[in-house]
Amino acid sequence: MESLRPILEFKNTCVSYTRQTMAVKNVSAQIERNAITAIMGPSGCGKSTLLRAVNLMHNLYPNIRVEGEILLNGENILSMEPINVRRRVGMVFQRPTPFPTMSIYDNVLAGFSLNGIRLSKTDRDATVERCLKSVALWDEVKDVLNKKGTFLSGGQQQRLCIARALAMKPEVLLMDEPTSALDPIATKHIEELLLELHKDVTILIVTHNMGQAKRISSKSMFMYLGELVEYGDTEVLFTNPKDERTKSYLTGKMG
Amino acid sequence: MSDKIYKVISFLAALAVPVVCGGIIYALVTDAYGAFEYFGFFNFLTSSDWNYTEGHEQYGALPFIVGTLLTTLLALILCIPFSLPVALFVGEYFKGTRIANVLNTVIELLAGIPSIIYGLWGFYALRPLVMALNISPHGSGILTASLVLAIMIVPYAASLSAEFIKMVPNDLKEGAYSLGATRAEVIRRVIFPVAGSGIFSSYVLAIGRALGETMTVTMLIGNTNNIPTSLTATGNSMASIIANQFGEADGLRLSSLIAIGLILFLITALINMVGKIMIKRASIV
Amino acid sequence: MKDTNIKQRLIGDRLMKFGVCALAMLTAVPLIAIIGEVVMNGYDQLSWSFFTEPTPTAYKAMKAMQSGQPVPGGIANGIVGTMIILGMAIVVAVPVGILCGTYLAEHKTKRFAQAVSYMTDLLQGTPSVIIGIIVYIWVVVPMKSYSAIAGSVALCIMMLPLIVRSTEETLKILPSSLQEAGLALGGNRARVMLKVQLPAAFGGIFTGVLLAISRVIGETAPLMFTALGCSFVRWSIDKPISAVPLLIWEFFNDPNLQNLIWGASLFLLMFVLTLNLQLNILQKNGIIKTNT
Repeated sequence: MESLRPILEFKNTCVSYTRQTMAVKNVSAQIERNAITAIMGPSGCGKSTLLRAVNLMHNLYPNIRVEGEILLNGENILSMEPINVRRRVGMVFQRPTPFPTMSIYDNVLAGFSLNGIRLSKTDRDATVERCLKSVALWDEVKDVLNKKGTFLSGGQQQRLCIARALAMKPEVLLMDEPTSALDPIATKHIEELLLELHKDVTILIVTHNMGQAKRISSKSMFMYLGELVEYGDTEVLFTNPKDERTKSYLTGKMG
Repeated sequence: MSDKIYKVISFLAALAVPVVCGGIIYALVTDAYGAFEYFGFFNFLTSSDWNYTEGHEQYGALPFIVGTLLTTLLALILCIPFSLPVALFVGEYFKGTRIANVLNTVIELLAGIPSIIYGLWGFYALRPLVMALNISPHGSGILTASLVLAIMIVPYAASLSAEFIKMVPNDLKEGAYSLGATRAEVIRRVIFPVAGSGIFSSYVLAIGRALGETMTVTMLIGNTNNIPTSLTATGNSMASIIANQFGEADGLRLSSLIAIGLILFLITALINMVGKIMIKRASIV
Repeated sequence: MKDTNIKQRLIGDRLMKFGVCALAMLTAVPLIAIIGEVVMNGYDQLSWSFFTEPTPTAYKAMKAMQSGQPVPGGIANGIVGTMIILGMAIVVAVPVGILCGTYLAEHKTKRFAQAVSYMTDLLQGTPSVIIGIIVYIWVVVPMKSYSAIAGSVALCIMMLPLIVRSTEETLKILPSSLQEAGLALGGNRARVMLKVQLPAAFGGIFTGVLLAISRVIGETAPLMFTALGCSFVRWSIDKPISAVPLLIWEFFNDPNLQNLIWGASLFLLMFVLTLNLQLNILQKNGIIKTNT
């Protein structure tokens, strides 16, 4: 039964930065388990804001308000303890953010050390190897695990950050334009990686690159001015959009 | 004004700084030379006699070097538990808010109070308290001087550390939060490691301040020319012995005081140079 | 994976925040305590005559105390002395410091400028008591007398690096387009600096000068071996002269004059703190950055 229920559900979710302006307006949607769902839209449409609401990033800033409900396996995360939510919902940011003072090895394990979880040496080694292998970085860095994470190339750094998020075994992985700062080859690597990963983890990815959404996602959302305009199977949305706004965005007349 | 005149004048003005610096070093070295020649450089540094009875003149800098280092070190230790929270308060917890501004103003005002008034307050308000608490019988001494010195350097250490804490990229902090860290853990494991060298350098510069502080220490340290044996004992710092005796000294004693001034100048210059270099490195990263 | 210590971690987080706030707030205690102590002890000493009369002699003060009368006299000699010493120091330090700052801002990459910049730091970090020694050697010994001139040389040396730095920093953050626009209109470098860049940087430099004044006005150590002190109002610049911080030091050391100590301190403290608050407001209004 569990696997049939949507893993994540937005119910009338609203996010506002100030009292007057709402960045996300009344979004309701069910996210399918183990799917890659792409969120598209012109810049400033609220797609990143919606994504960041899912792991309660907005709680860090006192004047941002999130209303409505966001259900993770039926539980409203807005009333949960942020550190619990964030451990179950991983996040990868636009710019790679390996911790500059930690080695590659320690970066993968950063989630454990930050949460004060102690692992045995064998567990640590196994986790590092498993996570780096799952992002296809192991062969490239297995001999330089003690070097600083910032020593890697941009694409490698981003894969390191994905490995770091995966180490915590999250149920959902949020990705905020993870390839926009990378070159095409590194982008391709990451896309291939995501197609592998979604068997184990539900991926929600914000992208402004329509080609990318088309290549990797099975479901797509289109947002415009804070509203969820259209949501459905990627194929259908791209070939036969119902809304005029989606149509003009896809044909390049907007954004 | 023609370009040439302006160039010459501004160059001459810029020349003033090296001339003054060179003059300071030259004057200190030539006037300290007498003492170094008479007692020997290392002997002067390691001797703890200070006797100005005519015919038995004997001068050594050791008690004052120890006094300075001891007060500075103690002040540094006492200042950390307050300056670091202030830096976190202003640079992280309440960054950019009104309450942080208020605390900033408090810090700036503390930095602006003249040292002689710190000394007065220490003498008339803090010293009786030290006596009442039975920490030391006469109230003056290394500990009392260090306490006030610590308050005086809190602003310097705190405001500079806060700048480095503010500079830690938001990306990194969010990255740590997204892995489930609490704020305390983000501070310990991300902010301190990343801003660490900058924070460290701000304490080095605070040490530079404390080393040369004159009036406060002179009014509170007790002014005895011996090597302090405990934290509550009296003593003298390099700056305070100069302040106390320079006006009445001549001949060999004057030269010895200037020699102590030269040592103080060199130590302060060294500490400040190390601090500045570290700050430049820390700002680049 | 669900560990049980989440509660502990959250408590730790809150404790840390509470500790940081509490300790940070504690730093306000000395400020309040110092202002409180000085105001409580000093406010009833302030009167018109306190500012118009010079310091009494120790003998007069002692007699007044023995007969139970208030100690006569005030700090007029110190106020006049501070004005003279500081005035002369400003007259020299401000133009030299500003010109030096413009030189450093314009020749950032020259090795000489970098050396000067480094030595400015060195000068700024030099303990004030050493400045006192130096000026004693340079000025007092050759003139064979303590003097207002010597005192102002000492304060001038202390102000110089502060003014150089603030000028340099302010000029550096001005948009370079400002200088380019000036040069494009056919002005030479001198004109552009004097008519365009310096006026635009006025706010920042002005703040820097005020900061320098507030830093040196309370300095005691460098005046002890240069200006020395004087018990009557004196207007000549080649003889020993008094200053407000020097008077406080004198009162501190003379048991007969101790009644005057808090009034003099209150006067100095209020002056310095007002100046600092004013500076704070200037900085907050962004006068440093824009001067609009």
